[in-house]
Amino acid sequence: MNGIHDMGGMHGMGPVCRETGEPVFHEAWEGRVFALSFAVRAWRKWNIDAGRYEIELIPPADYLRMSYYERWLARLVQLMIKRGLVTREEVEAGRSAAGSPKAEPPLTAERVPTMVRSGALASRDVPVSARFEVNQRVRARTMHPAGHTRLPRYVRGKIGTVERDHGIYVFPDTNALFLGENPQHVYSVRFAARELWGNQASPRDAVYLDLWDDYLEPA
Amino acid sequence: MNGLRADDQDRNNDHDHDHGHQAVPSDVALRVKSLESLLVEKGLVDPAALDALVDTYEHKIGPRNGARVVARSWVDPAFKRRLLADATAAIAELGFGGAQGEHMRAVENTPTVHNLVVCTLCSCYPWSVLGLPPVWYKSAAYRSRAVIDPRGVLRELGLELPDHVEVRVWDSTAELRYLVLPERPAGTEGLSEQELAALVTRDAMVGVAKLTTPPAVRTA
Repeated sequence: MNGIHDMGGMHGMGPVCRETGEPVFHEAWEGRVFALSFAVRAWRKWNIDAGRYEIELIPPADYLRMSYYERWLARLVQLMIKRGLVTREEVEAGRSAAGSPKAEPPLTAERVPTMVRSGALASRDVPVSARFEVNQRVRARTMHPAGHTRLPRYVRGKIGTVERDHGIYVFPDTNALFLGENPQHVYSVRFAARELWGNQASPRDAVYLDLWDDYLEPA
Repeated sequence: MNGLRADDQDRNNDHDHDHGHQAVPSDVALRVKSLESLLVEKGLVDPAALDALVDTYEHKIGPRNGARVVARSWVDPAFKRRLLADATAAIAELGFGGAQGEHMRAVENTPTVHNLVVCTLCSCYPWSVLGLPPVWYKSAAYRSRAVIDPRGVLRELGLELPDHVEVRVWDSTAELRYLVLPERPAGTEGLSEQELAALVTRDAMVGVAKLTTPPAVRTA
């Protein structure tokens, strides 16, 4: 979707500033939101792409006003309700509905190191042929899907060169909507900075994006 | 010019505002507490697992992991070749991998090439080697500007690059996570791998800083 999250190339967001100290979590609740989000994922009720899409669905004015972990909190609540882990009434009350069964958490403290260490592979070991090859010129498609996509606006319609074939990965546009993994090749594509931004950019510089087969066409 | 009210921006611009010393818990803190107690009551999460996750990312997984990878690449040319060809496998040799480091790519700085990592669409970051991202990396300012004005962003962060250096910006749009291999500072030939790792900063591994020769080495 052409949402506020797709920020590459926007103006007006102010200077980049460092903070002093840089705590991992600024307040305890940030760490709890991070941990809750991680732990609830162990129920496998949604995938990483659906998780990203849920953040993109936050209304733009709210998105800009909220901090990173406030967005995570909003996402967690929405997805748990949508995927049936809790009800809105339970969230508002802070208590489970009368008579609702008690589950066994799939992620215990003992399993945390293993889960952190193993992660979740997005690559898929399936035979899918590559439509493009290294050094080939490609154009990022002009497309504006209303759902989730990882093709930023600033690169659509632009011509680049395939720099590396990363192999076969789950396709986020369909996976985010629970419409299937649709695995396909992902390529590192080099775009000259001037192709993207015109003469204001350095003639030497480039931006590399990792793009799926379905985002590209021959150029 | 900054019309944003996000906490991220507040934290960046208002250093006097100390979030850690609030006498009354904030609204969001209460909502999170209420949500956690609901999820524990329903058996959806184990509070001990939450403690372990917070502890893991506060104390166990951070940029020292990435620094060890960089130092190894400086002292072991064969490792560096493996790292540039298949970073996931090479990094696993040092015992690092997993969440948000499942698919890694290392990119090397040289006297003529400088690499910079961003995620314009969210805030993808190589957790397994750098830990969780700092506020500036997640800020709208960095995400919007790193691709259109990388040299301006680097200048604001204290790094002025000469015109003849090529800047390569890596926008983490897929599941590949990027680690920048900074140039080894001059004068460090006599240092051990462990001493070298101590020189490597998180900022250099994201590409917003270069490493300099430490004073102790300069005067030695």
